[in-house]
Amino acid sequence: MMAFTVVVSEADFDPATLLNQLHEDSPKVGAVASFIGVVRGDATGTLQGLHIEHYPGMTEAEIERIARQAAERWPIESVQVYHRVGRLLLGERIVWVAVSAAHRGASFAACEFVMDYLKTRATFWKKECFIEGDRWVEQRQSDLDKAETW
Amino acid sequence: MIKVCFFASLRETLETSSISLSATGVNCVADIVAHLINENPAWHDALSQPNLLVAVNQVHATADQPVNDGDEVAIFPPVTGG
Repeated sequence: MMAFTVVVSEADFDPATLLNQLHEDSPKVGAVASFIGVVRGDATGTLQGLHIEHYPGMTEAEIERIARQAAERWPIESVQVYHRVGRLLLGERIVWVAVSAAHRGASFAACEFVMDYLKTRATFWKKECFIEGDRWVEQRQSDLDKAETW
Repeated sequence: MIKVCFFASLRETLETSSISLSATGVNCVADIVAHLINENPAWHDALSQPNLLVAVNQVHATADQPVNDGDEVAIFPPVTGG
């Protein structure tokens, strides 16, 4: 029985709590892989944070479609995706992807797959907030190329 | 009616997050874009950007996807989450 948890929220999440949920009372789980994306500073030191917009409804549905694809490709037990929206400051957590499975290979691969597909298909848009003004982030070709490798 | 939603930089450029238009004469997503440009010539450049993406009823779609009365269509720039 695959379990998906998809949450899009302004609120932060607690990685320790989420990790525990993935293997507590789950005798089939032998491995948990997780990823956290964080707001990174820029080279000039003038980036103050991000503002993230999303398409309510479609974003959650698209992430669940991605998680289902992962479950079709690898023998995994559960997928958690938490993604924050709104204003985020440097160092704040943006995204959490975690996958539990019987064995590590499936959990590592599925976690990376979900993250790569989320970057290119989930309907979020980032705006960088600099001291001198705001600027929408452009999609990177390297992210598209990475998702194509699966 | 068909609801058309805009997001991110496109929403800011058009200065609107959504509009409703009649489904009469609309067969596919490309017809909607052509109709919007026809009604709002100032939107031509923003809606002609080659990298824009579309969704129909909250699923990724292409410009030739059929659209029906009551559908929700979205037009937006490439996504940048994660």
